[in-house]
Amino acid sequence: MGRGYKQVMKIPRPRGALTEVLFESLLTGSDVPSAPAGTDDADAALALWVLYELHHHGFDDVDDEREWDPDLLRLRAQLERDLEARLRERWAGPPSTGLFTETFFDWVAEQDGVSLAAHVHRDADRDQVLELLRVRSIYHLQESDPTAWVVPRLGVRSKAALMELQYDEYGNGDPNRLHHHLYALGMEASGLDASYGAYIDEAPLEVLEQNNAMSLFGLHRRFRGAALGHLAAFEATSSLPSRRMMQGLERLEFPAELVDYYAEHVEADAVHEQLAVRTICGSLLEEEPELEESVWFGAFTCLDLEDRFGRLMLDRWLSAGSAAERKDVA
Amino acid sequence: MSFDHPDAILCPGGPMLIRGNHAVEDPDGVPHGTTRPVSAVCRCLKSSKLPWCDGTHKVLPADLRPA
Repeated sequence: MGRGYKQVMKIPRPRGALTEVLFESLLTGSDVPSAPAGTDDADAALALWVLYELHHHGFDDVDDEREWDPDLLRLRAQLERDLEARLRERWAGPPSTGLFTETFFDWVAEQDGVSLAAHVHRDADRDQVLELLRVRSIYHLQESDPTAWVVPRLGVRSKAALMELQYDEYGNGDPNRLHHHLYALGMEASGLDASYGAYIDEAPLEVLEQNNAMSLFGLHRRFRGAALGHLAAFEATSSLPSRRMMQGLERLEFPAELVDYYAEHVEADAVHEQLAVRTICGSLLEEEPELEESVWFGAFTCLDLEDRFGRLMLDRWLSAGSAAERKDVA
Repeated sequence: MSFDHPDAILCPGGPMLIRGNHAVEDPDGVPHGTTRPVSAVCRCLKSSKLPWCDGTHKVLPADLRPA
């Protein structure tokens, strides 16, 4: 298939005073701003997302040298402190129920966040699914890339265990099976633009926060426990919902390439959730038991951010639906 | 120092993980080859993807989950 979809992207549209000035600086080399108190949440989240992307894909219209610009790093650190404070404020602390590996799946089952997969399974229409595919692409077109930053920071056992899972995420050496590439194929077959970041202007605060939290955990050694807890929670809530997504996509006659992406995740994540909890977090916590609280923090953050995203989308769709019904009646 | 690295891991209440290449028969006697470095073999026999685990054990009542 030649070179495949584009890997380059341009600086997104600004969302407020901070991103106006920051993006100008990235494009022209003008002074880097700081984030004033009272900066809008979405403005701050987009600024942080763009700063993180300098370390991942970069931007076509920004000099690669800026990745390590000390003024940008200073702004990034300020935004990261705010994000960390917000995430910690939402967290009630670790459950007091014994060993992580023995209690984790029960803990996940007790968290009753909303399920977008259940909506797609039975109720969503095509436009809602296309919207979901677009805003989710910010995550799905990179998938476990932020977790790859964690590898060199681990002990021997947890490092080998994480690589065992990551090797599968990255297609076991076969680019055609690389998970974020499978998503790109599904997007293209569904008539969407699969270039990375193509739909960033549409991504709500909740999606930016999901991605920023993963990059925060991945890029900071002190968050290695949280990064792996996040991974465990993500994998443990993927297999069953992926099956519902599959059935919903088949119901709406989406192309086989997209259904295949979710089919792969039904099976792969039934393996990955066991590896993430037992061999990855299990060995991490034997090597560094003091990280247990951090692992729980990462796991909670993963489920909490997904719940916030799910509630946003369901509220949006259900209120649009009731507006349409009112219009029909009128 | 060497570490334990078993070929198979029994997950309480869940699947059996197996490392490496194997052919696993489903209940109809049809062999399925592994496709990934670690595979999860269903032990509750309620998976929609037999012989592989699809996570269904998690929604079973505790007494129907594998030991």
